[in-house]
Amino acid sequence: MAQLSYLPHTEADVQAMLEHVGVNRLEDLFSDVPARFLHKGAYALPDALSEQEIRDYFASLEAMNARLKVFVGQGAYDHYTPSVIPYLCSRSEFLTAYTPYQCEISQGTLRYIFEYQSMLCALTGLDVSNASLYDGPTAAAEAMRMAIACTRKKTRVLLSATLLPHVIKVVQTYAKFYGVEIGLVQADGGQTSLEALKAELAKDDVAGVIVPSVNRYGIIEDLTGFADAVHAQKAILIEYCDPSALAVVKTPAEWGADVAVGDGQSLGLPLSYGGPYVGFMTVKKEHMRKMPGRIVGQTVDKDGRRVFVLTLQAREQHIKREKATSNICSNESLMALWVTIYLSLMGPEGLKEVNRISTDGAHYLKAELLKTGKFEDVFPDKPFLKEFVLKPKQFPGLMQKKLEEAGFFAALDTEEGYVSFCVTEKRSKEEIDRLVTIVKEG
Amino acid sequence: MKYYDKLIFELSKEGRCGYSLPVNKFPAAPEVPLALRRESPLPLPQVAEPDVVRHYTNLSQMNFGVDTGFYPLGSCTMKYNPKINEEMAALPGFAGLHPLMHAGLTKGALKVYQEMNKALSAITGMYTFTFDPCAGAHGELTGLMIMRTYHLQRGDYGRTKVIVPDSAHGTNPASAAVCGLEVVEVKSLENGRIDVEALKPLLDNTVAGIMMTNPNTLGLFETQIEEIAALVHGVGGLLYYDGANMNALMGVVRPGDMGFDIMHLNLHKTFSTPHGGGGPGSGPVGVAKHLEDCIPDLRVSGFHGNFAVILRAYAYILSLGKDHLQKVGQYAVLGANYIKECLKDKYILPIEGVCKHEFVFDGLINDGAREGVPGATTLDVAKRLLDYGFHAPTIYFPLLFHQALMIEPTETESKETLDAFIEVMRKIADEAAEDPNILHEAPHNTPISRPDETTAARNPILKYQDTL
Repeated sequence: MAQLSYLPHTEADVQAMLEHVGVNRLEDLFSDVPARFLHKGAYALPDALSEQEIRDYFASLEAMNARLKVFVGQGAYDHYTPSVIPYLCSRSEFLTAYTPYQCEISQGTLRYIFEYQSMLCALTGLDVSNASLYDGPTAAAEAMRMAIACTRKKTRVLLSATLLPHVIKVVQTYAKFYGVEIGLVQADGGQTSLEALKAELAKDDVAGVIVPSVNRYGIIEDLTGFADAVHAQKAILIEYCDPSALAVVKTPAEWGADVAVGDGQSLGLPLSYGGPYVGFMTVKKEHMRKMPGRIVGQTVDKDGRRVFVLTLQAREQHIKREKATSNICSNESLMALWVTIYLSLMGPEGLKEVNRISTDGAHYLKAELLKTGKFEDVFPDKPFLKEFVLKPKQFPGLMQKKLEEAGFFAALDTEEGYVSFCVTEKRSKEEIDRLVTIVKEG
Repeated sequence: MKYYDKLIFELSKEGRCGYSLPVNKFPAAPEVPLALRRESPLPLPQVAEPDVVRHYTNLSQMNFGVDTGFYPLGSCTMKYNPKINEEMAALPGFAGLHPLMHAGLTKGALKVYQEMNKALSAITGMYTFTFDPCAGAHGELTGLMIMRTYHLQRGDYGRTKVIVPDSAHGTNPASAAVCGLEVVEVKSLENGRIDVEALKPLLDNTVAGIMMTNPNTLGLFETQIEEIAALVHGVGGLLYYDGANMNALMGVVRPGDMGFDIMHLNLHKTFSTPHGGGGPGSGPVGVAKHLEDCIPDLRVSGFHGNFAVILRAYAYILSLGKDHLQKVGQYAVLGANYIKECLKDKYILPIEGVCKHEFVFDGLINDGAREGVPGATTLDVAKRLLDYGFHAPTIYFPLLFHQALMIEPTETESKETLDAFIEVMRKIADEAAEDPNILHEAPHNTPISRPDETTAARNPILKYQDTL
């Protein structure tokens, strides 16, 4: 068996400590546990591995995964991660700290969260951000509960049918147990229907409405008239956003939304098979005290220096227990740092350029794919950025298989029978041309 | 640690660039239509790469982590975070996997989930785990959803209550509320354990289950667990195990064997993944065999949970193997008892006897209070510890004691570290007895002094734009 280097105890240490405690053996420390619960014999685990053996084993697991060029988004986007980010995020002062309860020795964490909050407010145009949530879908679920809390006596929350499928599913799960009825607002031509929304709102029981900024088809939604319709019924408008795209599309504030939520993954986080990502939420000031999660604020210390603290804690579970705005305790702090560094590096121009290259690449890919004659353009007149869907004229299974064999993850099946594509700035023209050739030959 | 005052926004200068992007070789796509286009300015900083690196390096130097020093934060299990785990989680063959890739493309990832499932089941005595929850509280919520699903699937619609001890973590009642359950609190006895006599009248066919932490938040083993399990099961309820304190039992006792039906683990506590300043965590939920069918319909997070955290935890489990697992629980408990015994003549130990991985003091025996000078509080002790280079314990929790000071050393600290901590704690107690003002004014040696938290809450400044 391999040694375990994480335990500094020598036999003499153990003996000395046992003596001090007043027991003879380590087992005696569990004398309060009924004997029948003490585990007997070895656990059904493998033998301990050395560091080299762990390395080799993980290499073998890694090799079982496909290594493909990613041409799919649907809530997880393969944007480039600058080297600076993992380098800084792996600094152990950030990595091995806990939630910043002791602010005097946590100013690093508190400051970057304050910067994160500032940047998310800049992107969404709204007033107040929390310190992050688990991921985009759970942020939407928290917003659903917040809508109920903000509008007493109302029992229903509406979701646009054009939201990403995983967002709808998670919100539905939370709603089922929290006792909230969910209604779906149907789409018309790939865009949430304002008429359908108004019809649902007329029932007068709606607390909130969640609509996407850029939707599951990649289409930039036109939310003209949405805020007025929702506010006329004293409900709140929640916009689900891809924060990267907010550099170029109308912001939640510009649309008149009360709450913005989404997943920060598109801000340079690795795909990592779905996590960790980072959910964000920003709100108008009047909803601040109904917000879930931690919030960092600026104040001064005894010596008058600018310092940062966790604030508005009267909302939280460790104070309010069952009356808290949410059960959330930890956020996704390190991923918030990741996003903060990403946005620092990109700045306004870099983020716009990421959108420009991705959008140009996606439009090029779509045009080339349509030229193959193998697809139908389902939403020909709708504006889109990096993501789009097409309707394959034939069953796409064979094409998908050939693409995989050629090293591409592309043309993901959707619930509607379309295939979805996405292009980020990481995809070169050569890769796109090669992909199109495979489709053509297939 | 040194004070550094800048925010990244204050380093910004129009025209500076910190990015490196490929030349755009594509024909220009149509502009975003005017009506859908962002019109407001985008006030992100404009900084060069060296500025960014120096800024965040400076920020990091105002932070204290497990790698900096001893972090005896009760209930948080701040153990050492092995470095090999970080490397394994960042391997490109894992980091580059898209979450919507089908099973044929992600065989390595799926094998990790399968083997983790087997390992965690072996360690806990549960039947199977779901890995979707992203944190402990998220695991609690998922576990309670499973609990409700179980009752509903059996056509048992009247179970709307969940029993939570008064010593429970705040997330327990909060998770129950988010899950649509009514919280019923059960009192603790003088000896810190659940009052079984007080529990009995609460039990009927409206009870979905009970949430327990064992050892509880006082670090005490719930010695009557067998009777509690029989009582709750007797009325058709289920037992939920809050795994926040699982480190005490690693390799010694399995929650499944004690009668628990559902549990979560905090991979970022018990399984050594770094806390990251408050996440990302991972809170897999395990269930007994009769609850296996209650998991599948629950979609509680976007994709497959925090995969990169699960990878780290798996590397840790492989390094423990069956050989070292038991040492984790034993040494964690040994360290806590050692500190307790070495300090109980200076700090009030409300409940005598052997503790598990953590224990709670109720303030100083001699707080130094005198005419015109209030005594030193737990907050003061905590702040003074920072001066001596230690992180503070968890304070004012659990709520059962007014001056609670909750200490958890973990198994990765040497006797020398524990001795140094004990020495400082004794010194602080002596300082308090002599002149509590030294403690009232602490910390003295940190980058900042105590903040004005009242103003922060009353006049919230929550973003850089608010300061302009």
